[in-house]
Amino acid sequence: MSPQMIDRLWQAAFDTLFMVGVSAGIAVLAGIPLALFLVTSGPGGIVPAPRTNRLVGLVVNGFRAVPFIVLLVALIPFTRLVVGTTIGVWAAIVPLAVSATPFFARIAEVSLREVDPGLIEAAQSIGCRRRHILLHVLLPEALPGIVGGFTITIVSMIGASAVAGAVGAGGLGDVAIRYGYQRFDTTVMSVVIAILIVLVCLVQVTGDSIVRRLKVR
Amino acid sequence: MATLALDSLGMAGPATPTAAAGGPAITAARGEAGPGGTGTVRFENVSKTYRSAGGEIRALDDVSLDIPSGAIFGIIGRSGAGKSTLLRTVNRLEEPTSGRVLVDGERIAALRTDGLVALRRRIGMIFQHFNLLSAKTVRQNVALPLKVQGVGRAETARRVEEALRLVGLEGKAEAYPSRLSGGQKQRVGIARALVSGPEILLCDEATSALDPETTLSILGLLRDINRRLNLTIILITHEMSVIREICTDVVVLEAGRVAEAGPVWRLFGAPEHPATRALLAPLTRDLSSDLSDRLMPYPAPGARAVLRITYSGRTPPDLSALVAATGGAVQLLQAGVERIQGHAVGRLLIAAEGPEAEARLRAIGETVEGVGYVAADD
Repeated sequence: MSPQMIDRLWQAAFDTLFMVGVSAGIAVLAGIPLALFLVTSGPGGIVPAPRTNRLVGLVVNGFRAVPFIVLLVALIPFTRLVVGTTIGVWAAIVPLAVSATPFFARIAEVSLREVDPGLIEAAQSIGCRRRHILLHVLLPEALPGIVGGFTITIVSMIGASAVAGAVGAGGLGDVAIRYGYQRFDTTVMSVVIAILIVLVCLVQVTGDSIVRRLKVR
Repeated sequence: MATLALDSLGMAGPATPTAAAGGPAITAARGEAGPGGTGTVRFENVSKTYRSAGGEIRALDDVSLDIPSGAIFGIIGRSGAGKSTLLRTVNRLEEPTSGRVLVDGERIAALRTDGLVALRRRIGMIFQHFNLLSAKTVRQNVALPLKVQGVGRAETARRVEEALRLVGLEGKAEAYPSRLSGGQKQRVGIARALVSGPEILLCDEATSALDPETTLSILGLLRDINRRLNLTIILITHEMSVIREICTDVVVLEAGRVAEAGPVWRLFGAPEHPATRALLAPLTRDLSSDLSDRLMPYPAPGARAVLRITYSGRTPPDLSALVAATGGAVQLLQAGVERIQGHAVGRLLIAAEGPEAEARLRAIGETVEGVGYVAADD
């Protein structure tokens, strides 16, 4: 491989990490409140609002039903509104975050739902208000599951980010398509695949070890 | 009074400067509940109906009860009798469909969020499965009720310390619940329930998940707390042995209705409702099989009458009167008499000679029941 190609790969790896990192951060900030809402407003929740709950659930399902490549294109007007451009890394971050948020919210929702209702009852019995229940019961008790779900989210976002080349955002997937596939450069293809594997493994191992540490308690 | 009791038992601990200022934390907090805070609960025609796919389920049906201050009040019933629902109406984890629940004379259905939160801080609750937060240490679990109340750090530390000492878990403050035994977890639950100084403690099958030995130690702790802090304890259970161990009064629920209520000794001595008898059955030894196999329904020549004498706690068993009435020829086959709240309750199975023994015993006021006859040489 030429030095330029190595530079290109470094840049691509950085772009991928940056896109995934920023949009994963957004997915957490938006996804956890969304998951909390889905859990607490559902039937039997601590703030029942069945109609809004169903509506939000529907919207979440809608976003999850759309393939990422379609979402990327469909969101172009929205992306322009938010970041002022439709090309480059930031243009990919918007659809990535929009796609990862409902995905992560659903996974976090499952963990939150698994929190023993007895714990919520106990919290109510000691005079906890709703915000105390969210802060001291639901989130800490569901944390191992949420972290595990976040790991899954990041891994699937690394996959989705490969499509970002379609809006000129670069990244590893873009390099693999343009050089590995279109120019038949098998070495580049192999290196990109190797980097992706290492990346995904690192994310998974880190996530698993955090979950294990949280569960030891 | 409660403060005195605590001090004399050394419960104030080393925190004497603060104790001198405001008394032990748990009792000091109780003072804040106000003059009406005595820990009485009154149920007035409480009903609860659940709607489900299969139709309406009547969990509670017109339940009226008075729970006096300082009592250890037992609610017993088979599973599905509605006892758990009844208990949860006291701190409004369940809302009655109709009827009223009054705590210290106050109608709790009228309370808005702030009032409800304040009420719940006056009512501690412990659970069958302990319901401790697994992500928090013992100290953090016990401190949570104070933390959400906005109690200061030093004050919280002192009261958590005191509560942990009260339940005998001083050394476990930094442990996570998963590292504790069932009995220890329930002690943490009790400490958490007591740390904000409640006047009522609700116990939801608090010993049902524990082994017999641990059950006794937890019940002992509850009795201790009841005396030291003079707080009202309402407990639900499906085991009569728990009722016998610590309760002063008991109500038997059957299909959402009050089947029978009264002092514990009376229900053990003279159960009236079939549901009560069914719940007592595991504690009552009936005829052993070697005896029942040889029992004859009619007297054979020289046979002895087998009589069951029941003591319902109204009069103490008088053995000399029993011997005198049967003319001395009396054999004790089986006996199960125990003292509950100072009343002797239980029954004797005797074999007496002569067909007139039963009538004579009845004449001296015993509750006698002929069981059958056994041959003389047995």
